[in-house]
Amino acid sequence: MKTVKSLVLAGLLALAPTLVLNGPALAQDNAVVAAPAAENAAAPADSAANAAAPVAEAAPAAPKVAAPPRMKPTEGIGMPMPGEITLQKQFSPTGHTARWLHDVLLLPLITIISIFVLVLMLYVMWRYRRSANPVPSKTSHNTLIEVIWTVLPVVILLVVAVPSIGLLADQYKPAPKDALTVKVTGYQWYWGYEYPDNAIPEFVSNMLPEDKAKENGEPYLLAPDNRLVLPAGRPIKLIITGADVIHAFAVPSLWLKMDAVPGRLNEKSVFIEKPGVYYGQCSELCGARHGFMPIAIEALPPEQFDQWVLSQGGSLKGAAEKTAEAAPAATEKKI
Amino acid sequence: MTTITADHHGDHAHDHHDADHKPAFFQRWFMSTNHKDIGTLYLIFAIVAGIIGGGISGLMRAELAHPGIQYLHTWAMFMDGPEATLDQAYHLWNVLITAHGLIMVFFMVMPAMIGGFGNWFVPIMIGAPDMAFPRMNNVSFWLLIPAFALLLGSTFVPGGTGNGAGTGWTVYAPLSTSGSAGPAVDMAILSLHIAGASSILGAINFITTILNMRAPGMTLHKMPLFVWSVLVTAFLLLLALPVLAAAITMLLTDRNFGTTFYDAAGGGDPELYQHLFWFFGHPEVYIMILPGFGIISQIVSTFSRKPVFGYLGMAYAMVAIGVVGFVVWAHHMFTTGMSVNVKMYFTAATMVIAVPTGIKIFSWIATIWGGSISFKTPMVWALGFIFLFTVGGVTGVVLANGGVDDVLHDTYYVVAHFHYVLSLGAVFGLFAGFYYWFPKMSGRMYNEFLGHLHFWVFFAGVNMLFFPMHFLGLSGMPRRYPDYPAAFEHWNWVATMGYMVMASGMVIFFINLIWSLAAGRKAEGNPWGEGATTLEWTLSSPPPFHQFETLPVVD
Repeated sequence: MKTVKSLVLAGLLALAPTLVLNGPALAQDNAVVAAPAAENAAAPADSAANAAAPVAEAAPAAPKVAAPPRMKPTEGIGMPMPGEITLQKQFSPTGHTARWLHDVLLLPLITIISIFVLVLMLYVMWRYRRSANPVPSKTSHNTLIEVIWTVLPVVILLVVAVPSIGLLADQYKPAPKDALTVKVTGYQWYWGYEYPDNAIPEFVSNMLPEDKAKENGEPYLLAPDNRLVLPAGRPIKLIITGADVIHAFAVPSLWLKMDAVPGRLNEKSVFIEKPGVYYGQCSELCGARHGFMPIAIEALPPEQFDQWVLSQGGSLKGAAEKTAEAAPAATEKKI
Repeated sequence: MTTITADHHGDHAHDHHDADHKPAFFQRWFMSTNHKDIGTLYLIFAIVAGIIGGGISGLMRAELAHPGIQYLHTWAMFMDGPEATLDQAYHLWNVLITAHGLIMVFFMVMPAMIGGFGNWFVPIMIGAPDMAFPRMNNVSFWLLIPAFALLLGSTFVPGGTGNGAGTGWTVYAPLSTSGSAGPAVDMAILSLHIAGASSILGAINFITTILNMRAPGMTLHKMPLFVWSVLVTAFLLLLALPVLAAAITMLLTDRNFGTTFYDAAGGGDPELYQHLFWFFGHPEVYIMILPGFGIISQIVSTFSRKPVFGYLGMAYAMVAIGVVGFVVWAHHMFTTGMSVNVKMYFTAATMVIAVPTGIKIFSWIATIWGGSISFKTPMVWALGFIFLFTVGGVTGVVLANGGVDDVLHDTYYVVAHFHYVLSLGAVFGLFAGFYYWFPKMSGRMYNEFLGHLHFWVFFAGVNMLFFPMHFLGLSGMPRRYPDYPAAFEHWNWVATMGYMVMASGMVIFFINLIWSLAAGRKAEGNPWGEGATTLEWTLSSPPPFHQFETLPVVD
């Protein structure tokens, strides 16, 4: 049975239109997949490739069934750094805008206001101490200054509000129609990821124990066993929900946080600029092991992502349709 | 702003026989209808609750000093028996954060601010002999005792994974319904019901007292700002607490009687609970800070020997904060998946609050401007309050931006923000008020040196404790975690050191308190001199058991 499936997978590019028909049905009985299937595939794949001789590209397709190697995290990317005092480096367009708003507008603004108040206070404390000013004034009103300190903050807030509202509008731009849809479900206490577009059924993601995380060279408490694998440079639509209590799916380096609420499907459009591993943690109190259900997004270059999808027994549904339409042209180019 | 014409300085002398006749011990302290005695009871209660709530934060800081689980498992074995699992230890963590939050909010800050100082000084400041409903006042206080007992008791009964309610002080459904089997959460909910009833009764009492029992000539626009602050607070309590009561009643029925208000499976919605909770919860944070605003206004004016600058602006800024405070609640829910228009509205509305708050900060500074400042202990606490509240306020402006909150929500940045406005705002207000009125309440002076020392140690400690939390939050550390990735160790360790400094400051406070009560210099009626213009300083220290049997006249 497995061999048969692998055969189909191996001949994927050659038989793309057929696959579109078979894909969903195929993936349904194709469980969590993987290594054994890939190994079994090796031999028959050759014959499949030979059979489909005209399509030269089909031959390299066979090894693609193996999942791409687990990406090593890069120190300082997608994770907090020791002693860090500011936001994590951002890898999404809204992340850049939001970080700009914080770093360029808000942080300087609040620092200046705090220092202004401090300096003002130090000045009055020194200038009007009893030994320097034994007789207090009796002034208790000054309409002009009261108007100024009411209007000026209003102006400052308007200046903040404009980019802030703009940022919100950006963050709520719906994902384009061809975006990859991934469903994220929070459980007590792990995450489940499902790829309806690729017909990859839900698999779960549990925290790695300390020794295992160290062995992998990953930060303990941030590293799960199975990562949420996503394509970099492609629009993504996350559908986020909770199965039991409320969780929150959060990845700081992608400026991403959305509650996983039972009975609701929250949508978040995501765009990851660069391949990499981006860690996050559950961010809504969800019971005893709230602190122990980490998130890791492994953003792969699109081709590798497709390879991963195939390795999971999934179909490149969205992509396959396009390939089907563009198939003749593509083949010509390749040849 | 108020000048007293009638001569009351001598009153206590000839009134002594009847006005200062005190009932026997049990009658006086257990059946009290006297606003000052009830105020004292509230303050004692708040100090006890504060020690417990502060002790819990010490446990948490100890555990968080380093990554890994240090003590939590041992504590869980102590609480749940020697076979306690690691999951029970993690649950205990959630019980600790829940208890810390609920105790500090409902059993420390509120009783101290409103029950303690409000009861003591609102009637005196408006020239009234007592509260409007003295017996109801007694009920208000004594309801707190079973409420507190229920909350503490809930720690020892099952609440899901382990003993105690581990839901966070927000008690979000469905973690608090289907997620927490056992009676612990029911006990915590009942505790909130009773504490809420206590506060509603207190609020009714204050509103009635302030609106009906002001001395002749004490118009609303002549009331001291502390009374204004309690009036606004009482209205907030009256309007907000019934919503909490409704929300947690539905929690109870969801838990026990099969209703599904907060369960999507039965047509309900978990978000409904959050909307109801924060409709109460946001006014609640102003309930905690507004009386502090009032206290700071009195102190700044007294020690600058100047009337409060922009009195009307100050009073109506508090009213504005109270009103706007009711229409910004969903900024606590920015990541729940609300629509973009709703999020834009709550972003804009929340930022509006910065305007009246700014008016208050600048008016305090303007009050000091041109004054003749003496740096007595209450004044240094008040000055500390103004600066630290500013720091806590501006991070609130950052969090108000819904788009920015997407990354900061539920991180330590939020923890830093609300501890700056509460632990460094409300608590500084409490200490300022405590030192300011201690001579009046006890009849003895506190030790000025120890008071200053307490301030400086506490100031250094809390800043060391809470400022690094901004860094932790920015770099992504989520709240309510018993353990964290190694990268967060540095600032967590600094915060724990800060806690220890802060705790030594508290030791100084208690030494000062005990020493002053036992051996402090006798305080005269007005120890603060010409700057102290409100009515409490026209009475002896401590005031007679019943004051103002002849009403003072205010011109």
